[in-house]
Amino acid sequence: MNIKATLLASAVALTPAFAVAQDLTIGFSQIGSESGWRAAETTVTKQEAEKRGIDLKFADAQQKQENQIKAIRSFIAQGVDAILLAPVVATGWDEVLEEAADAEIPVVLLDRTVDAPEDLYLTAVTSDLVHEGRVAGQWLVDEMAGEPCRIVELQGTTGSSPAIDRKQGFEEGIAGAEGLEIVRSQTGDFTRSQGKVVMESFLKAEGGENICALYAHNDDMAVGAIQAIKEAGLNPGEDIKIVAIDAVPDAHLAIANGEMNATIELTPNMAGPALDALEAYLADGTAPAKWIQTESKLFTAADDNAAIYEEKKNLGY
Amino acid sequence: MIRSTHLPLMVTLATFVLAFALCGWQYPSMLSTRVVANLLTDNAFLGIVAVGMTFVILSGGIDLSVGSVIAFTGVFLAVILRDTSIHPLAAFVLVLLITTMFGAAMGAVIHFLEMPPFIVTLAGMFLARGAAYVLSTDSVPITHEFYDTLQDIYWKAPGGGRFRLIGGIMLLVFICGALVAHRTRFGQNVYAVGGGGPTARLMGVPLARTTVGIYAISGGLAGLAGIIFSLYTSAGYSLATVGVELDAIAAVVIGGTLLSGGYGFVAGTFFGILIMGLIQTYIVFDGTLSSWWTKIVIGALLFSFILLQKGLTWATITRKRTATGSAQQS
Repeated sequence: MNIKATLLASAVALTPAFAVAQDLTIGFSQIGSESGWRAAETTVTKQEAEKRGIDLKFADAQQKQENQIKAIRSFIAQGVDAILLAPVVATGWDEVLEEAADAEIPVVLLDRTVDAPEDLYLTAVTSDLVHEGRVAGQWLVDEMAGEPCRIVELQGTTGSSPAIDRKQGFEEGIAGAEGLEIVRSQTGDFTRSQGKVVMESFLKAEGGENICALYAHNDDMAVGAIQAIKEAGLNPGEDIKIVAIDAVPDAHLAIANGEMNATIELTPNMAGPALDALEAYLADGTAPAKWIQTESKLFTAADDNAAIYEEKKNLGY
Repeated sequence: MIRSTHLPLMVTLATFVLAFALCGWQYPSMLSTRVVANLLTDNAFLGIVAVGMTFVILSGGIDLSVGSVIAFTGVFLAVILRDTSIHPLAAFVLVLLITTMFGAAMGAVIHFLEMPPFIVTLAGMFLARGAAYVLSTDSVPITHEFYDTLQDIYWKAPGGGRFRLIGGIMLLVFICGALVAHRTRFGQNVYAVGGGGPTARLMGVPLARTTVGIYAISGGLAGLAGIIFSLYTSAGYSLATVGVELDAIAAVVIGGTLLSGGYGFVAGTFFGILIMGLIQTYIVFDGTLSSWWTKIVIGALLFSFILLQKGLTWATITRKRTATGSAQQS
């Protein structure tokens, strides 16, 4: 009721310039549903739009750029108020973004950026991968509080940008701390099974008692590693501290069970900040910054992980 | 007589008009120059490749390599424009030569080794896709200013629709394709080959030349579609246009061409393309339906067109039989 009233009031106030403000229509061109995270992003975007009373037109591009271009052109033809775009590749957007700009439809990029002049889109909402790594490193520094710690690292797919950036961020995070060192670092390819296999080799090579902490570039690898640690007869979360990134439901479950210590959220809610920026822009032309960084929130045992798990498990992860 | 042979084309045309009218009735903004311009621009590469596919299917064959050839062309252009100082026009000529030769080679294998087109072009599909991957696995941007010049050629219609160069090229290809198919000796030969190889040979059709020519056209047009696609996305990407050959085949069949060959119209394919584009546009306009409904609707359409074709063939045979029967009696 309150939201409706506010919307109505703002619509009345802005009637001459924005007759459409009371009933926003926004097109969302999503890449596809290749990963659990992306499915969750889609679900959250739909929820965010519904919460604000926005009519969301959703187009799944099935991983094809030509489908995304077609969808954006159709959105323009339809005369939507704004377009959300999660681009499948970085190149080849100039032409269609120019058409959107020409029709005065603002475009907000979600989760990834494009190789196009900055004036062709309103803003880009993405996470900062280096920052995520840094938060993980900082957490471990605080947790150890001066004690020395031998860390093993499970990297993501070799050469992928999340793997490079999350590694760099973590190293920055622990850089100042005495006694914290990464003793082994190998790729686990972002998968559960590889995470387990590589952790087993770490445990054999170093001896479980000589490893103090594990840093995994994503939760899936950490969940695999937990299995390996249990099979080696150690207690994950106690004998070996575990921190990872993404905050998928299974990581919350592991923290709730005391088998994992911390995870940093790669939020699927890119649409929330994007819609905030859009609403402000459509209401009075406030131009947002060209890059909106999503919060990289740290979850530890101090949070109510069981409740968060319940909340997240139906998002499509 | 004319009426019955044109029936599938008429059905396709009527389907398109009816579908467009229904869409326009539900979403009035679909009856805008923007949507029309989008239909032409967004389906340009598919339309061009479907013209080549029409010739192949008219001759009773199939060409599964075209999607990969488009991707190869895009990556080839992107890499060559990035690493050398060749002018894009020269690169276009070069890539068209390569793809035409590639098609001709497949046609030669099909004819001289008497291999089924399905297997030969399947091999061609893997070859072209593999070659694209070898050149580059990343999406390679094309930044040459000649590309900007070409992309800036458009006519802005009242209502905001932009009729771009690539849509125009597609229309031109369709017109040329229709002329070649219906007004030249080569076109007649294609129909004759599709009607049946041995009969065509008895009629004095140069089978080798025609078969090689058909696949060369298909390969060359796939190359042209690749150029158009690189203009469309300003990049070359080896993962692009996976499965486009199947979309092209679907457009040809929805356009009323018999999969067994010997019967069909290039113009039908044009409306086949438009119908498929229209379905996609409608689903985006609706905005709540899953995009996969596109596939379901196209599947249902294909199936009904196959049934229609079968029904027509059956009706013609029965009529012929009754005609011969009554002639014998009299």
